[in-house]
Amino acid sequence: MTAQAEGEAADTDLVHAFIDGQPVSVPKGTLIIRAAEQVGVEIPRFCDHPLLDPVAACRQCLVEVEGMPKPQPACALYVSEDMKVKTQDTSTEAEVAQKGVMEFLLANHPLDCPVCDKGGECPLQNQAMTAGRTTSRYTLPKRTFPKPINVSAQVLLDRERCVNCQRCTRFADEIAGDPLIDLMERGAEQQIGIGEEPFDSYFSGNTIQICPVGALTSADYRFKARPFDLVSVPTTCEHCASGCATRTDWRHESVERRYAWEDPAVNEDWNCDKGRFAFKYLSENRLTTPLVREDGQLRKASWPEALRIVAARLAQAGSRSAVVTGGRLSLEDAYAYGRFARTDLGTDNIDFRTRPTSQEEQDFLASRVAGTAGPTYADLEAAPTVLLVGFEPEEESPIVYLRLRKAVRKHGMRVFSIAPFASEGLEKLSGELLATVPGSEAATLRSLPDDVAKELRADGAMILVGERLAQSQGGLSAAVALSEQTGASLAWIPRRAGERGSLDAGAISGLLPGGRPITDAAARQEVAKVWGIEALPETPGLNLAGIIAAIAADEAGAAAAEDSEEEYERSIEALILAGVDVSDVAEPAALQRAIDDAPFVVALDIRPTEVTAAADVVFPVATVAEKSGTFVDWEGRRRPFAITFPETQMFSDATVLSLIADNLDHDPAPRNVPALRAEIEALGAWAGERPDVPQVPAPPASPAGDNQTAVLATWRLLLDLGVTQEGAPYLAATRRPSVARISAATAAGLGIGEGDPVRVGSQTGSITLPVAVTEMPDGIVWVPTNSPDSRVTESLGVGAGATVSLSRPTDLTEGA
Amino acid sequence: MALTPVITAHWDEPDCFTVDGYKKVGGYRAIKKALKMDPDDVINIIKDSGLRGRGGAGFPTGMKWSFVPQNDGHPHYLTVNGDESEPGACKDIPIMMANPQALIEGIIITCWAIRAEHAFVYIRGEVPEPIRRMHAAVADAEAHGFLGENILGSGMNLKLTVTSGAGAYICGEETALLDSLEGRRGQPRLKPPFPAVAGLYSAPTVINNVETITSVPYIIENGVSWYRSMGTDKSPGFKVWAVSGHVNRPGIYEAPLGITMGELLDYAGGIRDGHELKFWLPGGSSVPLLLQDHLDTPMTYEDIAAAGSMLGTGTPMLFDDTTSVVKAITRWLEFYKHESCGKCTPCREGTAWITGSLERFQEGVGRSEDIEGLVELSNHILGRSFCALGDAAATPYEPALKAFRSEFEAARHQPVDEAFPPAATMIIPPETANLAGAAT
Ligand SMILES: Cc1cc2nc3c(=O)[nH]c(=O)nc-3n(C[C@H](O)[C@H](O)[C@H](O)COP(=O)(O)O)c2cc1C
Ligand code: SF4
Ligand code: SF4
Ligand code: SF4
Ligand code: FES
Repeated sequence: MTAQAEGEAADTDLVHAFIDGQPVSVPKGTLIIRAAEQVGVEIPRFCDHPLLDPVAACRQCLVEVEGMPKPQPACALYVSEDMKVKTQDTSTEAEVAQKGVMEFLLANHPLDCPVCDKGGECPLQNQAMTAGRTTSRYTLPKRTFPKPINVSAQVLLDRERCVNCQRCTRFADEIAGDPLIDLMERGAEQQIGIGEEPFDSYFSGNTIQICPVGALTSADYRFKARPFDLVSVPTTCEHCASGCATRTDWRHESVERRYAWEDPAVNEDWNCDKGRFAFKYLSENRLTTPLVREDGQLRKASWPEALRIVAARLAQAGSRSAVVTGGRLSLEDAYAYGRFARTDLGTDNIDFRTRPTSQEEQDFLASRVAGTAGPTYADLEAAPTVLLVGFEPEEESPIVYLRLRKAVRKHGMRVFSIAPFASEGLEKLSGELLATVPGSEAATLRSLPDDVAKELRADGAMILVGERLAQSQGGLSAAVALSEQTGASLAWIPRRAGERGSLDAGAISGLLPGGRPITDAAARQEVAKVWGIEALPETPGLNLAGIIAAIAADEAGAAAAEDSEEEYERSIEALILAGVDVSDVAEPAALQRAIDDAPFVVALDIRPTEVTAAADVVFPVATVAEKSGTFVDWEGRRRPFAITFPETQMFSDATVLSLIADNLDHDPAPRNVPALRAEIEALGAWAGERPDVPQVPAPPASPAGDNQTAVLATWRLLLDLGVTQEGAPYLAATRRPSVARISAATAAGLGIGEGDPVRVGSQTGSITLPVAVTEMPDGIVWVPTNSPDSRVTESLGVGAGATVSLSRPTDLTEGA
Repeated sequence: MALTPVITAHWDEPDCFTVDGYKKVGGYRAIKKALKMDPDDVINIIKDSGLRGRGGAGFPTGMKWSFVPQNDGHPHYLTVNGDESEPGACKDIPIMMANPQALIEGIIITCWAIRAEHAFVYIRGEVPEPIRRMHAAVADAEAHGFLGENILGSGMNLKLTVTSGAGAYICGEETALLDSLEGRRGQPRLKPPFPAVAGLYSAPTVINNVETITSVPYIIENGVSWYRSMGTDKSPGFKVWAVSGHVNRPGIYEAPLGITMGELLDYAGGIRDGHELKFWLPGGSSVPLLLQDHLDTPMTYEDIAAAGSMLGTGTPMLFDDTTSVVKAITRWLEFYKHESCGKCTPCREGTAWITGSLERFQEGVGRSEDIEGLVELSNHILGRSFCALGDAAATPYEPALKAFRSEFEAARHQPVDEAFPPAATMIIPPETANLAGAAT
């Protein structure tokens, strides 16, 4: 079909009507209130929200429709052919009706705008100006309620201000799938309330934002500021790869709140509570000056001194350096690290994946993901079937979860999940579980039930793999194979906001920006030209595992050489660590040893960590609020963000690297975001050949646990002990409780039941949590990765798929 | 006009509510006829009969049935509305008590017509007797093979479930009823979709009043022309009139539509001796009041509408000169305020506001600006609320003011109980009631 034919076909689906005499053509199924917006007529409203099903409850939007005996709610009536609508602008009937409703709404309203958080940005205030009377005729005693009450630790409810529009309850029910708030009582006593459980939804903050009055407020922001005293900046959430557009509101060099910013293509109107409430880390516990180690102790140093020391040591180390960055960097900063490693250090030893990883994953990313434009949210929403592998959307990419839920609700998308048990999130997606022991994901992928495989052949079907699939040998290879067999598209959904950008920027060994293989001469040439250098390393350097192993080998080699009094040339002389948390990797002890053993360690971070404590030189860097930049969401979509605090004293990572390059007397590197973006754009994506996809076979079936042992399953919960959630006590109070999940039979084998403590042990330590008996295969235990009383990498030092011991804590005391 | 007992013809038989008793007087014959007919023909008979819904709105029943999409592969449901909570209405509960088998026969015929295999009778929660009676009647009908699988060898299956609400007037509104039946908070649903397209559990559903459905077997059995021999062209047939208030013989009188209130009043023994009619309402508290002049108006949908009121549930309430109109409408408004579901602003806020203002009049401290102001407030509800409950609440004040303005003026200074001593208006005043007996 030609573009024009398509246009014509679409035209027949248009209906033509008149609003206040103005002609309007809208697609069939458009509500009057939306159509009016198109011709610049704003009909007042409270219950209406474009992403919620109409309820027509508040009656504020009444308009006159020719041929209809009484005024009609514009928010619930669809435009039909030749309809003639008169709004408050041209119809007395509509105007009087709206005024009447407004008078009713204000009758019992406390009118405490001067102390209301919503004052200044309140639809009730604003619409009372246009549709209200100047005085109230209501002389009866006003309805009062105790105020405010908590519906959750972080959402407060003032029932006196509530206009009963049900936006909050409809959001909770329709969008989030957490119908934990609801209408209670009836008539004039009708109010919002909770049942036995608090409104602990990961998305609860959206209700505060869409409440058209100040009835729902945030415990955190309450009484903090007036909207007109705040400066608003368009930002991108830094907490995950969903890529939410957000608005950061600040004053006095302090972020006061974050809101979801509308972006129909990505987060629509929503965000999650982590993105909304986790921002205190931006200002608390910061590094402010460079530090250098002297006599074993870190002391404050000036920038010139610290830069001089680092330049001197890096000049010596040269290509015997390695760079490790965490997954939180912006695209521009990640690019700067990749560029710095290759041009200024001459090494390809670099990795951004400070988490459980594998070579298979690296090959997968190189062949299928880096620099590609993959499926989008729109594709996701349209997909008839989605298969999740090693991925819990609600915990690991909340907007992906919301989009899946929307598709399930609107068109019956089928969701399948390869996981050890059906999570709460999967249940809210009406998803179907393909129960799998951790480690056997590849086996499940390679022997899918026929009906699932058939569904995946449908047009538009998708496979979503999480970053955790890297831990399961053969999993990614099997996912690629399945995608190739069925035609289902494949998307990789990492957790952290910086992962995809770091990959596309080439902050990983073997890959230059845009997914260019370093082994490809043409690819190297393209990059060398933009970077203005002669040559690039021709063979892939070390990834994180390789770097750790090389340092360990160096230690052994140096010790042996010392015994034989020979010279030993180390392969790694200098280690640069940017935003790395030791506990993020599968074996924190090994990384900590590498840091301790490396001859020279430079750390760049926003805050003191175990890494900065062990470094020789520490540079403080800017948070996302102190720089501009770009995150790349799981789709590969660029998500730029503006600087929040323009008068910051902090340098971005890229600027610090450029200063080091200056001190190395190297050619100046781009040090600001426009210059970095220009280079990234100039390079673009790799159009040449890509490496082969990995073909790691499925491992032999892992032995199921017995009474004393179990296979470990684990993932991170959205709200956990993540460092960027620090300083947000109300948010923390809505975390899901830490539990250990085992099957009924496994629990029975241990002689324990629901709520009893169970001890999960390994060589290095143990975790003890109350049991949640869960429908799942026997011989598996699931614990959260980084939650209170459950820090898997630190305590157990192993990851998903490992065999751990299971016992009753009392057995130990008995045994002792 | 003569009474025409049909539904009520045999209520004095001791076993009128059993299958056997019902069969003795000709029951369960219509079903044999109907199950041999094409379902569409059954719908056409009801259409031709002109039967109109007895739940209050008077919607043509056969037309409602024909909206159900046929052979669409979805389950269909019939829901019988026995929520009867309208002040003054007392006809469905007596029907369920005294003639439940005719209701069940009507349900079977209706389900055959609309191709439903599961029907519900939703009875208001505060009345245990009809709930018990209907449960027993269903068991009785099942035992006789009128419910269950392959009814009378016709191949028709029907399950009939008797359920009850938790006591909310709004659950009589058909879509709120469906939500309540589904186990949700009873609030009206947005229409469209209409229940005939997406009702109970989103499946096509017919909702009819108890009296409507109970009329069906008699129409099938006796035919359209018999039915149309009663009533008028637009309001054909018979009707169960429940007459209450200050009359000598309150009770149920079955007569054709078109009978006048004056005639019904005669059957009911006239107004209490020594008193005169002050005002009356043709069908529950949700309709505008009428006066003495309207006693000759035929009780049809069209004539009562022309007189400025509505036939409603057809359960007239009559009030004599001992009644304070201020107090009467305050009481109704208190009812609507209490029963407003809260969903929409005009009804939620307006009923509370009007009620509070009326209570001031009742206490003798009415505000003069409210005399006209309450007309305006009522008009802010009327036609703007989400469902008809709001309209009902907006109805009483203006006609009352028009007819009895002086009472509102007086109630600015004098409590209504002074002008209208409560004991005088009571049918059994407390002094003569056996209070002593209650105390021991
Ligand atoms: C507030 C309200 C209460 C109602 N209560 C009842 C009721 O108790 N019984 C009833 O049959 N209809 C009641 N109705 C009318 C129903 O919505 C519906 O019109 C009726 O059950 C349809 O049956 P019909 O066509 O046989 O009259 C009520 C309507 C409203 C707005
Ligand atoms: S709390 Fe706010 S969003 Fe919820 S019903 Fe009340 S006014 Fe609407
Ligand atoms: S979903 Fe992800 S990107 Fe969006 S607000 Fe939450 S953490 Fe931030
Ligand atoms: S008019 Fe509105 S508040 Fe009143 S009962 Fe109907 S929906 Fe509820
Ligand atoms: S906005 Fe239309 S009824 Fe509330």
